[in-house]
Amino acid sequence: MRVIKLDKTKLVEYLRSLEEWGEVWGPVRKGEKFVFAKKDPSEFDLTARRTILPPKKFFVPPRFTMFSYRDGRWEEEFDESRRIIFGLHPCDIFGILILDRLFMEHYPDPYYIKRRKNTAILGFSCLPDEKCFCIATNTHSVEEGFDLFFSDVEGEFYLVWVGSSLGDDLTRIREDLFDEDVTEEDIERYIEWRRKRDKMFKTDLDLTGMPEIVEISYKRPIWEKIGEACLSCGSCSMVCPTCNCYNVVDENVFYEERIKRDRHWDSCMFKEYSLVAGGHNFREKRSDRLKLFYTHKLTGFMSQFGKPACVGCGRCVDACPVGINVPNVAKALKGEKVDAIWARGEE
Amino acid sequence: MMNPYEMQRARIVRIYRLTDDVKFFQVRPYMGTEVCELNYRPGQFMMISLPGIGEAPFSISSTPSRPGLYEFCIRKVGRLTEKIFELKENAVIWLRGPYGNGFPVEQMEGHDLLIIMGGLGAAPLRSLLLYALDNRELFGKIYLLHGARTPDDMLFREEFLELMHRDDLVCLLTVDRDDTGRWPAYTGVVTELFRYVKGIDPKNTYAAVCGPPVMYKFVVEKLVELQIPKNQILMTLERRMKCGIGKCGHCAIEYIYTCLDGPVFTYWDVLHMKELI
Repeated sequence: MRVIKLDKTKLVEYLRSLEEWGEVWGPVRKGEKFVFAKKDPSEFDLTARRTILPPKKFFVPPRFTMFSYRDGRWEEEFDESRRIIFGLHPCDIFGILILDRLFMEHYPDPYYIKRRKNTAILGFSCLPDEKCFCIATNTHSVEEGFDLFFSDVEGEFYLVWVGSSLGDDLTRIREDLFDEDVTEEDIERYIEWRRKRDKMFKTDLDLTGMPEIVEISYKRPIWEKIGEACLSCGSCSMVCPTCNCYNVVDENVFYEERIKRDRHWDSCMFKEYSLVAGGHNFREKRSDRLKLFYTHKLTGFMSQFGKPACVGCGRCVDACPVGINVPNVAKALKGEKVDAIWARGEE
Repeated sequence: MMNPYEMQRARIVRIYRLTDDVKFFQVRPYMGTEVCELNYRPGQFMMISLPGIGEAPFSISSTPSRPGLYEFCIRKVGRLTEKIFELKENAVIWLRGPYGNGFPVEQMEGHDLLIIMGGLGAAPLRSLLLYALDNRELFGKIYLLHGARTPDDMLFREEFLELMHRDDLVCLLTVDRDDTGRWPAYTGVVTELFRYVKGIDPKNTYAAVCGPPVMYKFVVEKLVELQIPKNQILMTLERRMKCGIGKCGHCAIEYIYTCLDGPVFTYWDVLHMKELI
């Protein structure tokens, strides 16, 4: 891979120059949290932790129109805008790679693919906080899935990994800003930075053996316990970078004399999720719905794609109001007394 | 780029009423004037939609061995099916598909067949039945076991009563209750029909089951008793679906999707995947 350097003081200038290729989006502060927004690059917050919503919002927006029906015909509707997303952390890039497999293989989804092809991914290195557990999902370092990746090692330069032909094109927009000369000292700094980062993880989560443990735990009372706590709010699925379930609804737009067929995010935590015509519900109980979510995250994708569908971003840790999240559920299944789950109702 | 969500315009050619709340629709895609081969397998399903109302999956009840038409057997249970019920012959509907794995008909060749249906389970299994009858020489003995609450509730009643006169299959029809006094076949639940299943070679038999969730347990018990191998007991399942192509997630069961890996599963699948039935 081509690795080059960028003077840290030139980052904003460089990102501004990319506006000739497409809209430039990056992480900005929103209250105590962060979101991806289209702003001047000087407003991007390089200390940003996880954004409220993962970058899936660029490829499968919360709600979008698939077709319009007018005059007896369906017309496809596509978003053709070109975007550069700056500041994606390795976990989010892994999340996109999982969505890629789902949406680009086997009945390729043109809505996803168009947006994906028109989006440049500019990764940015990060240091973990107490909610990060990407070291347990082995998604803390990324080798593919980005066009450019900026490593913020100590010193005056970012190391910039060029991950694709498009990434290479993007560096050539301002070739003058980059330096090809990666020195022995830079490499040592990078190795040292990695060592420091890996030591910063607070998590003691160990996901080895999860598929068998989930499999054998199918009838354990712990699921009822978790079900009692769950509010069925669906926040976990909304913020999860790999959750992709959607619903399809038709809507009459009377004043435009058209009907639109929209696709919007759905959640397997919602009661209607497995309801079929005639009123039979295959997952009436909250515990059944939680089981589906966690089976899918921790074992399901193992058989489908060879790795778990969790990238350790910590958003579920942030989002769930009652402490049901991947680390807590995995630990509880492994026999630890997780307070959020077991202490409920015993205070 | 091909859009797998794109619908194909089709026309309702004929509508028959099967029961109070079930109608039978013959549908013809717009493809010129010739009778066209429709490329699907028994057991597959299609997404049917009406603009402004929505889209849902429906089993195909016809067989590809009778080209030109798709046939659907639709019960009025929700918003979309209510609107479909209001449609008249010649109305336009929109289709996409076929989807799903369908029955492994090539593997089933050379075997005896037990086709066991209850209620709306007749919708997908009629496809398999007609396919086997149209390719009669490819299969061994064929048994049809069909149960309904009353004669009025039996789907394809007249069509199946006719089959009782054929000597190349055994057609066993039963109703829980007959108030007409004119019902020419059996009364009792569908499992009671197993006593008339004779002379099949269990190791060389495929059974196909579809019906209301409560039916599976009792029917499967009988099939296991008959010593039909668990991977030769086939069942076709229902789930909520919004895409039919493994994306929307609703039909997920553990790590599989009913729309891609099903809707036809074996009893062995059911035993090792806890949520199937």
